[in-house]
Amino acid sequence: MIRVNGAEEAYSEEMTVMEYVSAKGYRTNRIAVEKNGQIVPKSAYESTVIKDGDSMEVVSFVGGG
Amino acid sequence: MVTREELKKALAERHGPETQEILARSGAAVAGLGGLGSNIAFSLARTGVGYLHLIDFDRVDITNLNRQQYFIHQIGMKKTEALKENLLQINPYLEIRTDFVKVEEGNIRELLEEDRYICEAFDKAENKAMLVNAVLEHFPEKYLAAASGMAGFGDSNRIRTRKITDHFYLCGDGTSDAEEGICLTAARAALCAAHQANIIISLMLENEEGKIKGEKL
Repeated sequence: MIRVNGAEEAYSEEMTVMEYVSAKGYRTNRIAVEKNGQIVPKSAYESTVIKDGDSMEVVSFVGGG
Repeated sequence: MVTREELKKALAERHGPETQEILARSGAAVAGLGGLGSNIAFSLARTGVGYLHLIDFDRVDITNLNRQQYFIHQIGMKKTEALKENLLQINPYLEIRTDFVKVEEGNIRELLEEDRYICEAFDKAENKAMLVNAVLEHFPEKYLAAASGMAGFGDSNRIRTRKITDHFYLCGDGTSDAEEGICLTAARAALCAAHQANIIISLMLENEEGKIKGEKL
């Protein structure tokens, strides 16, 4: 199991943050990703592997200010 | 003219002298001076925060008057200068730094280096994400209040403050997107701005006092 944005998700196979956010349809230039309390730098999306038990928050921004 | 002492006394009378001491020593950066930023700055100034760092590259336009804290005679002025003028009407002793510049990946670190508290108040989703990522990555010790989702006239109560990490708070409803043609309005933008200002003030007090009396975040 992993926890993303407060909801539990089944953990099926090892994937990187980049693979995860792409699969979920996020636009990478509009998000910030926090994993286990730490921000994942954009430059590390490809190299950061999501492990079973990880907790993530994918903050997706919409326009307006 | 009202003296510094008179103003200090009036604020202390309203908020309590200890609270006022802390806020007078505190400061925040406001990046983007539109519907969010101008309202955030007004709230921080009225509450007696001592220092503000105002950042924007834009000028006041007639279409800004529907929700931003500017006036007819300021149309065409740099927002940094117009807002500074208005804030000094609230507190002439407020210390203000202005940067009339577009915030980009390349200048964020230099621009925000000295600010412990930062409010993200941009318009475009990409710029919001850029600022948030840069601040969290380069300045993990700073405190950030960002906003996402405040367009339209919809349910006020969907706008809320969420704690993402100890140093990063996100305000808004998370979904109402101005880039999808939903208009931005005075009351709802101000609601979100008030959430941002209030979490920043709470953090200033919490960090200094260890806790806010009688309140839990």
